[in-house]
Amino acid sequence: MSNPTVEVRIPTILRPYTKNEKLVSADGASLSEVITSLNTNYPGLGERLLENGELRRFINIYINDEDVRFMGSLAASLKTGDSVTILPAVAGGCM
Amino acid sequence: MTRYESLEASLGHTPLIGLPKLSPKTAAGAPRVRLWAKLEDRNPTGSIKDRTAIAMIDDAEKTGKLKPGATILEPTSGNTGISLAMIAKVRGYKLVCVMPENTSVERRQLLEMWGAKIIFSPAAGGSNEAVRLAKEIAVENPDWVFLYQYGNPANTLAHYQTTGPEIWEDLPEVTHFVAGLGTTGTLMGAGKFLREKNPEIAVIAAEPRYGEVVYGLRNLDAGFVPELYDASILTRRFSVGAQDSVKRVKELLEVEGIFAGISTGAILHAAIGIANECVAAGTGADIVFIVCDAGWKYLSTGVYSNDGDADVLEGQLWA
Repeated sequence: MSNPTVEVRIPTILRPYTKNEKLVSADGASLSEVITSLNTNYPGLGERLLENGELRRFINIYINDEDVRFMGSLAASLKTGDSVTILPAVAGGCM
Repeated sequence: MTRYESLEASLGHTPLIGLPKLSPKTAAGAPRVRLWAKLEDRNPTGSIKDRTAIAMIDDAEKTGKLKPGATILEPTSGNTGISLAMIAKVRGYKLVCVMPENTSVERRQLLEMWGAKIIFSPAAGGSNEAVRLAKEIAVENPDWVFLYQYGNPANTLAHYQTTGPEIWEDLPEVTHFVAGLGTTGTLMGAGKFLREKNPEIAVIAAEPRYGEVVYGLRNLDAGFVPELYDASILTRRFSVGAQDSVKRVKELLEVEGIFAGISTGAILHAAIGIANECVAAGTGADIVFIVCDAGWKYLSTGVYSNDGDADVLEGQLWA
């Protein structure tokens, strides 16, 4: 059975790796596999997301708007049609 | 008790309002799933930030950091600044706010009305830039008192001592607590209190997802996680875009008559998502969410007009 295909939204700061594409496709049944797939198609991108095998502190990744750090992090599972959003961590909320 | 010695003394004890029409319908015999709105716009200057501002100033006075006539410095997207400005005016302090330039005009008007001086930070980078600039200004002006809501434990403590206990007193059967993620003070403080009372309570964060300009950092190392943030307090965390936030804030107005600020739409969106999950799972739930402020400060954005849509918020720091 082939891996699920998901849509990945790329933030401005990482678009130099995707030839300025905002939305790219990747394959994988887990977030870890999706990042591997991204790095195969867009060399160097994986390194910007991971450090010592974990998500970088200032990178947030959401699957269908939910933060993956509360869904198993790199082990979070994906199915075809899921939407993955990568965003840098910023200060937000009504402050 | 509705008589108070001063405006400040009327802080907190905000109403917890049931949402009988917006709460999802459940099948006959199935446990109820109820939404409850904690109306923080009923605080002295109209937002939850009065709790944070009064707590930080009280703490700085107690520890001797804040002396009569001193100048307070704070990065803010509006509400904390407005709260601090009122208190500073009443207690005789000066206030300098560092605020992103892409915020609604009402926030600027309110700050100026209470006498605050505003230094604008660039739109690109949003509140990250306001924080960075405020830190620089703090170094250049060592005699100013930098309260710094993102790292000041008095912020978290305010919610641990007031917001959390108020919810527990009004609704001990609470199963979920949903609030906005900004400084993280509300979620860390009230969430910790509620978890200590009942470890089963889920603590859920809703963070606004802005337009691209706000994420326009110079590099990834310019990212920001508030010093107060402790992920272990949270159960789940959602990112909510402007479209969903505006849709929910209008729904709250139309269905339940509550006129809330745009960031509350993001929080409600997460709360309704959780409510629907509970219905599907057949589990009862009493879901408390925070109404951070009312919509007055955001009228000029145009999203509340009948045909106003979320596109008008592009590039703005709407929460």
